[in-house]
Amino acid sequence: MADIYELLRGQKDSSGNYQKVPVIVQGITGTFGSLHAKQMLDYGTNIAAGVTPGKGGQKFEGKVPIYNTVKDAVDATNSKVSIVFVPAKFFLGAATEALEAGIKLLVAIPEHVPIRDTMQVIELAKKKDAIIIGPNTPGVMIPGLVKIGIMPASPFKPGNIVVLSKSGTLLYEISNTLTKAGFGQSITIGIGGDPVNGTRLIDAFDMVKDDPTIEGMVIVGEIGGDAEEIVAQHIMDIKFKKPIVAYIAGRRAPKEKRMGHAGAIVMGNYGSAESKISMFNMANIPVAKRPNEVAILLAGKLEKTKD
Amino acid sequence: MRLLEYQAKELFAQYGIKTPKGISSKNIEQARNDAKQLGYPFVIKVQVPVGGRGKAGGIQKCHNDDEFEIKYPQLLDMSIKGEKTRAILLEKMAEYEKELYLSLFLNRSKRCYTVIASSEGGVEIESVKNQVIREVGLGDVDAQTAEEIAKQIGLQGKTIPDFVDMLQRLAKITVEKEAELAEINPVALLKDGSLLALDGKVVTDDNANFRHPEMDKYQEKTELEERAEKSGFTLVELDGNIAVVGNGAGLVMSTLDMLADNGGKPACFLDVGGGATTESVYEALTLVSKMKKVKAILVNLYGGIVKTTTVAAAFIKAYDDKLIDLPVYARLMGSESEKSKEMLKNTRTKMFDSVEDAINGVVMEVNKRG
Repeated sequence: MADIYELLRGQKDSSGNYQKVPVIVQGITGTFGSLHAKQMLDYGTNIAAGVTPGKGGQKFEGKVPIYNTVKDAVDATNSKVSIVFVPAKFFLGAATEALEAGIKLLVAIPEHVPIRDTMQVIELAKKKDAIIIGPNTPGVMIPGLVKIGIMPASPFKPGNIVVLSKSGTLLYEISNTLTKAGFGQSITIGIGGDPVNGTRLIDAFDMVKDDPTIEGMVIVGEIGGDAEEIVAQHIMDIKFKKPIVAYIAGRRAPKEKRMGHAGAIVMGNYGSAESKISMFNMANIPVAKRPNEVAILLAGKLEKTKD
Repeated sequence: MRLLEYQAKELFAQYGIKTPKGISSKNIEQARNDAKQLGYPFVIKVQVPVGGRGKAGGIQKCHNDDEFEIKYPQLLDMSIKGEKTRAILLEKMAEYEKELYLSLFLNRSKRCYTVIASSEGGVEIESVKNQVIREVGLGDVDAQTAEEIAKQIGLQGKTIPDFVDMLQRLAKITVEKEAELAEINPVALLKDGSLLALDGKVVTDDNANFRHPEMDKYQEKTELEERAEKSGFTLVELDGNIAVVGNGAGLVMSTLDMLADNGGKPACFLDVGGGATTESVYEALTLVSKMKKVKAILVNLYGGIVKTTTVAAAFIKAYDDKLIDLPVYARLMGSESEKSKEMLKNTRTKMFDSVEDAINGVVMEVNKRG
């Protein structure tokens, strides 16, 4: 599988700094796309090109060239990374175009993408050895270095804790409490709130688990599916020893109701909070009852590893 | 969208899956005619979008008019796990040898559909024994795979082609209607070896609704839920008296969990989406104002980019317009929160720095007022 760190931060140059990898924004002239393209630029992300069919030749913010197709943008910038802001019903087309043009990391922001469309994009991504983050994700970020997503900058600070989250606002909320408690983040990956994810929780875990610089991990899950159970089992199987703390949203939600996210639904016992919490407990991963408790539990876990 | 049994069976019939003869109704006047047409004995089955109705007494046999006149109104008034009866299905009883289980199910972790079949159906899927599970990609099932599954669950003779036929038709529904689940539980194995769908459960992908206008008639949303959807919100109405409003599904779920942990009873889950503007919060308050049972509102907004003053302006407008006269306990995270507190000083909205404090406040307020 492609290396997410290399895709996000490139190689180190001669003075020891990471290159700024070029990023393409698909849907850069839309309301949402332009707002967040601007914010990513402000954060220091190297937005090298935008794509909006019919607007090729124009410039975004007076400097970022816009192309009609992803292929044109890739040819001009040599970019391997794209973030997609198109409306959900156009996602399949936009993502297919990007993967065919050689994009290796595609961050899929749209909410409400039909599951079958996502599944088709995933099939193609497998063939192309590409990573899809999302759909319905806040994106991915290495604080202080690169932000490819819609997350606000303020909750995050560089550090050594990984945060993996199904939810966007809870990612911000929990990262904020971590930052306040002195735990910066090495990388944060939004899995997305859909039933089917391009990068599953276990895939995200595997992408980062061998990074020697990480000191701990926070997994923010929610009701629906069995991604949390599977990652907990995996953590036990590989005997991963670094401290992990989890949080699960939706413990008190009614069954068989979709709670805002397409994926947040308990069907029978499939997807219940109890099932997830008991698996995390088996894997010796404490589960916070409140977002604010995450940093406290993590501090406790880190303290123990020092002994 | 989760189809009710009678709706799933309409779909089954369209796709050529055999079901018992049945008629659905929403009032006893119509049902009396249906009863005559159908002829006793038959079963009457509550139609609710939640499982476990058999155990709750939602399925009753009727042998004559007297039984029918007593049982039909009882079932019509029933609530199962908080879900009111949507309709009643009258259905002929089938005599059968055995109950099987069959479903196509979207396995989210494997990111493919799986066929689950068993010769021991009629109980909830978690309790179904001897499950045969086959991964089938995007949901198409070829005849050979279907036949292998039939043999694996021990079917014989003429039942095998019947099963292949049923499974392939169910797969067609799954693919064409973009279902997350299409389940027949139980499948009745009749004395003549043929198969009949005794129950049906179909859950489709809401995000694909725009491709399926033909399914709109099955939409079971309340007026408020529909209005919320138009604004890009998600509303789930609940039984309690404290409205829970926030931005982002995870954050609102988390707020609801903490409220319930502290003894509060959520009246709704209302997610106003990623951003929060004066207009969107005002619209959220409008929705809440239409829920009669609400005694207080708990608001938890995490605005990384949002100015809290724009949210505060929505509360002030709602009070000025006499839209709401309810106490609001709000945690607004974002810029200019001191200015927002100042703006809201003489209103019924109290602002808190932590959501825990807002929750303690709202629970005490509601308890105090009884």
